[in-house]
Amino acid sequence: MKRRLCCALSLAVLVSVSASAAAPKISGGVVKIGVLTDMSGLYSDLGGQGSVTGAQMAVEDFKAQYKPSFKIDVVYADHQNKADIGSNKVREWYDREDVDMVTDVLNSAVAIAVAKVTAEKKRILIDIGAGSTRLTNEDCTPYSIHYAYDTYALASGTAKAIVKQGGDSWFFLTADYAFGHSLEKDSSDIVKANGGKVLGTVRHPLNASDFSSFLLQAQSSKAKIIGLANAGGDTINAIKAAAEFGITKNQSLAGLLVFITDVHSLGLQLTQGMMLTDGWYWDYSDETRKFGKRYFDKMKKMPSMVHAGTYSATFNYLKAVQAAGTDDADAVMKQLKSMTINDMFAKGGKIREDGRMVHDMYLMQVKKPEESKYPWDYYNVKAVISGDDAYQPLSLSRCPLVKK
Amino acid sequence: MTKRRLGYGLLIVLALVAPYAGLYPVLLMKILCFALFACAFNLLLGYTGLLSFGHAAFFGMAGYVAGHGIKVWGLPPEIGLLLAALAAAALGLVFGWLAIRRAGIYFAMITLALAQMMYFFFLQAPFTGGEDGLQDVPRGKLLGFINLADDLNLYYFVLAIFIFGFWAIYRTVHSPFGHVLKAIRENEARATSLGYDVDRYKLLAFVLSAGLSGLAGATKTLVFRFATLTDAHWHQSGEVVLMTLLGGMGTSLGPVVGAGIIVTLQNELADKVGSLVSVIIGACFVLCVLAFRRGVVGEAGALYRRITGERRS
Repeated sequence: MKRRLCCALSLAVLVSVSASAAAPKISGGVVKIGVLTDMSGLYSDLGGQGSVTGAQMAVEDFKAQYKPSFKIDVVYADHQNKADIGSNKVREWYDREDVDMVTDVLNSAVAIAVAKVTAEKKRILIDIGAGSTRLTNEDCTPYSIHYAYDTYALASGTAKAIVKQGGDSWFFLTADYAFGHSLEKDSSDIVKANGGKVLGTVRHPLNASDFSSFLLQAQSSKAKIIGLANAGGDTINAIKAAAEFGITKNQSLAGLLVFITDVHSLGLQLTQGMMLTDGWYWDYSDETRKFGKRYFDKMKKMPSMVHAGTYSATFNYLKAVQAAGTDDADAVMKQLKSMTINDMFAKGGKIREDGRMVHDMYLMQVKKPEESKYPWDYYNVKAVISGDDAYQPLSLSRCPLVKK
Repeated sequence: MTKRRLGYGLLIVLALVAPYAGLYPVLLMKILCFALFACAFNLLLGYTGLLSFGHAAFFGMAGYVAGHGIKVWGLPPEIGLLLAALAAAALGLVFGWLAIRRAGIYFAMITLALAQMMYFFFLQAPFTGGEDGLQDVPRGKLLGFINLADDLNLYYFVLAIFIFGFWAIYRTVHSPFGHVLKAIRENEARATSLGYDVDRYKLLAFVLSAGLSGLAGATKTLVFRFATLTDAHWHQSGEVVLMTLLGGMGTSLGPVVGAGIIVTLQNELADKVGSLVSVIIGACFVLCVLAFRRGVVGEAGALYRRITGERRS
């Protein structure tokens, strides 16, 4: 009896294995993508609903182009910029809703927490909006990819260019969490390496409402450059407050992470001449313009790097699932790391073993109001920084996955 | 009395089978942690009549102590929790010693001020990770052999902690000590005139409440592998008041029901309405204060007594 049962069982297993070898092995028959972002807070303009739209557009395009045999679903949630809310939500997604891949995840504190849960549950995180280099260094995991940019690339673009122009003494205004700390550290390293000096730093809480005392400290430091190691709503408020206080008469502001949505909110009058580094600009080539216009039709805004990055990451993830024939995280990660990313977001992009997606970055300058010819015509591309120069070399990586 | 025992027995059985009924264990554990927190708070508000507005400090601090102890010092989880509860009780001793010298709004404000001091300490202290939180706390193995990384194992451990905490509060309330506390709540001057050293009773209740709040906070850290500033923020102090009032202040099950309602609401609504959740919960609170002041359990109990004609014991 027992033997017969054994035989029947092994036969059943054999049959099921051979049957499933043909059709893609997709858990639950659905590839589920979770967009975790800030839907209502200070980063909702540069990420938020736009990221969800980006992911949905990618799913539509993928379905139209590749006619996959599996279903694709997009879910989204608001992490309210709280690392605990974000990691709890993602844990629930993995446990209860069988989400396969989580993307956007702006806010570095949330991203680091989500990376931990993702590795624990063996799913995939493709992070777009978070900046901290910790994601590919101390806190790297085999299941996370850092896709669009990082603070090292920002610093090696913007900070280097400003020091070379003569802005050699710096004071940092830093958002007091993982992202701000990373950006401040990477930028000061670049400033010092290029012969500049750092006179001081002041840290403000995330989502600060009043920058006056911080700006006064920056002013009394007499530094030529006030480096804004913050993002989104914080950068906007700091720039506005600095203009109101007349600080910009004697000192220059350097926005170390400025998104096109920030420039749009501030207007060219306040931002003209500012140097910035971005991973993507809608008005760069015909391909980017095409995506920009399609996105604009849906959202009535041009996409930021985060929106375009979420699109590209989702699309390429689905391509990898199709190619691997499964949504198993290990197989898909292997596939992703062997692929070359070629789309409107990146040309010749490669995902390294530490999870860093290496692609070209752009050093840009904000146009003067009279130079801007049409809506959202904001930047002059000053230089294209090749991926290998922009990102931290693997030899400096502190990620334990990197074999040296 | 036996009827009551039967009721509690039934609740325990329900809690034991809950994860098999398709309920998500992590959510259940979160509810249990907040339920214990609210019960501990109720010991002070409901039975002693002291409204502390700084309980998040105990909840949050215990989270950090447990997290740091387990992650950095490599303590086993049970020792980490114990240490955290003791640390919270010690902090409660300091807070209580200062605060019980005043009553009413002044008491609440002193506790709030002290809790805010702790909040800014946690924000700045290097070991807490500030805004990033103390992440990646391992769950470890209970007594060296029960793997708590498994949600179900952890659920039963958390349930055991909750039952212990609930039992400790229940025993305290129904002991002679608890009767003195109630006497203080009803009429402090009379309790003094009867020869009780009111301040000592209040302080002891405060320390007990702080310690058990700490146990709840430390357990939450273990569940989510995360100690966070949110837990030490004054919003959390407000939320526990809300849970207690909504469920029924001064009833033993009220805080549990209140915590269940609030946590479930937050969990279910977070995706749909985002940060509007606080507005909705605020509206619930207003409704509760205006329409059913005794809270869910308080009103249900009153209704039950009216129907059976039983007098309040």
